[in-house]
Order: sequence, then C-alpha cells, then structure tokens
Amino acid sequence: MTPSVTELKVGADDVRIARLAAAAVGLSLVDAAIPMPLPGVKPGLANIVTLMVLARYGWSAAAWVSGLRVVAGSLLLGQFLAPGFFLSLTGAITSLAVLALARWLPGRLFGPVSWSLLASFAHIAGQLALARVWLIPHDGLFRLVPVFALAALVFGIINGLVVCRLLQEFPEEAPHESRP
Amino acid sequence: MTWLRLLRPGDWLLALGAALGVAASFPLLWQGGQGDKAVVRLEGQVFMEVALDKPREIVVPGPLGPTRIQVEKGRARVAADPGLRQYCVRQGWLSQAGEIAICAPNRVSLAITGSQSPYDSLSY
Repeated sequence: MTPSVTELKVGADDVRIARLAAAAVGLSLVDAAIPMPLPGVKPGLANIVTLMVLARYGWSAAAWVSGLRVVAGSLLLGQFLAPGFFLSLTGAITSLAVLALARWLPGRLFGPVSWSLLASFAHIAGQLALARVWLIPHDGLFRLVPVFALAALVFGIINGLVVCRLLQEFPEEAPHESRP
Repeated sequence: MTWLRLLRPGDWLLALGAALGVAASFPLLWQGGQGDKAVVRLEGQVFMEVALDKPREIVVPGPLGPTRIQVEKGRARVAADPGLRQYCVRQGWLSQAGEIAICAPNRVSLAITGSQSPYDSLSY
C-alpha cells in the first residue's frame, strides 16, 4: 500500500518530502564535491535518503524525493538539462524501477543493503545505456564497465549499511509501512 | 555497533554474487581483444598471414635485408631487423588485436588482428 494522498494528509506529506528532498540535495552537493578518478564514479550519498524514504514511507515518496533531488540538485550545480542531468535522471529512473521490484523481496532475507546494491547497479546500467546510445556511441565504453561495476558494488554496500544504521538509530514516528 | 550484523542472509548472497560478477567483468578492462592472427606486410602488400597458434618463424626479404618475425602461441614479435634504430624490434611481443610494429626502413610491418578488435591501430 502506498501512502494515501487525501487532501488532509497532503500538507504533512509534502513538508516531509520537501525536507527529505532537501537532505538528498545537500548530499548530492557533497557528492559532487568529492573528487573522483572517473566522471560517473560517485558515492551516490543522496541515495541513502532515497532508500530511507523507501523503507519508511514507501515507493512513491521515494520517487518524489529522488526526482526532486535530481532536478533541484542539477539546478544548484548548474547542470540542469546538461548531459550530467540526463545521466542522473536516467540513473534515478532505472534505480527506482528496480527498487519498485526489490522492495517486494522477503524482508527477513533481504535488507537495505540488497536494495542499495540493486539500485546502484541499476543506476550504472541505466547511465551506461544512455551514455552508449547518446553521448559516446561506441562499444569501447563498455570496457569501463568493470570500473563502474566495482564502484557500484563498493558504494552500494556502504550506502546500504549506512541506511541500516540510520533506520536503527532513528526509529521514526508511525511509519506508513516498513516493508511490504 | 558491529556493521556486519546489519547484513541479512540475502544481502550476503547478493553482495557475494555482485562481487563475483564484478570480478568476472575485469578481464574486459585489461585484455579486451586478444589477437588471433598476425599480418605481415612488405612494401604495403600483405606478405603473409599466420594464425597465432603455434611457434614458427617468418623471414621477410626487405630491401635492406631479411627481417625475422617470430610467432608464438598468442603473440608475435619482430625478432631481428636490419633497420638502424630497431624500433620495431624493441617494441617486443605483440598480442592485442590492433597492435602493430613497423620496421619502416625495411618496409616491413607486423600487425595483430583479432575477431573483435577494440582499436584500429595500437603502437607505443
């Protein structure tokens, strides 16, 4: 069940989504400030927020936060409608699509680390696909797959663990759903 | 506090699977196209094409004298050349598809080709 969007609840949900999106935007600025060896290899710290929202408030809230983060983050970084914007938009869309499925995994076996891993791999898969089709139309791009995959593995696990810790340390007020 | 306690069984499994997948993808980065054939040219014309499957030696009669090309399994090199600077000899073994050693003075070249070549040409 996704959170019901009745008129009365809209205000509170909106405020919460805006707050969380602001946190995500802040983290994506931190992300952009961390020097990385290859363009496209990033810790993806903002996804910590997306995953926490997914765990606490469900998929559509996560999609809102993620979408707002991509748009507002790119505006702040001066990337709006630049290639980087479309790359992160594609990454956000593919990882949200995978998360839509991943959150139905049995919760006893699969936790936020699994979500985070699946999302990070979906992220690079989507971005590489877009880059191959649009930015660098050459198969040579795929020779970089190991680098991106390694980054997705490492940061996927780290971000997932951070999500676990944060969920543990900050038990939120009345969650709509923790896990379906 | 221990971070590992946060992992659930499926997480371990997934992380392990992903790690294996990543490890398996690494050869992609390093050895893209292995060459399987050596093409020897003299004066720009193909002198001989040999598969890199067993050791053999090819002697190419260039204008300055014979250039000796040595072929082994998966690699080939110019073993000796009458040219002055020996650039093509010092280039050593070639194994990647697209690699080429050119003995310009003697007008001989040795190129490696493969079924899937990531480069049109490689030289150092």
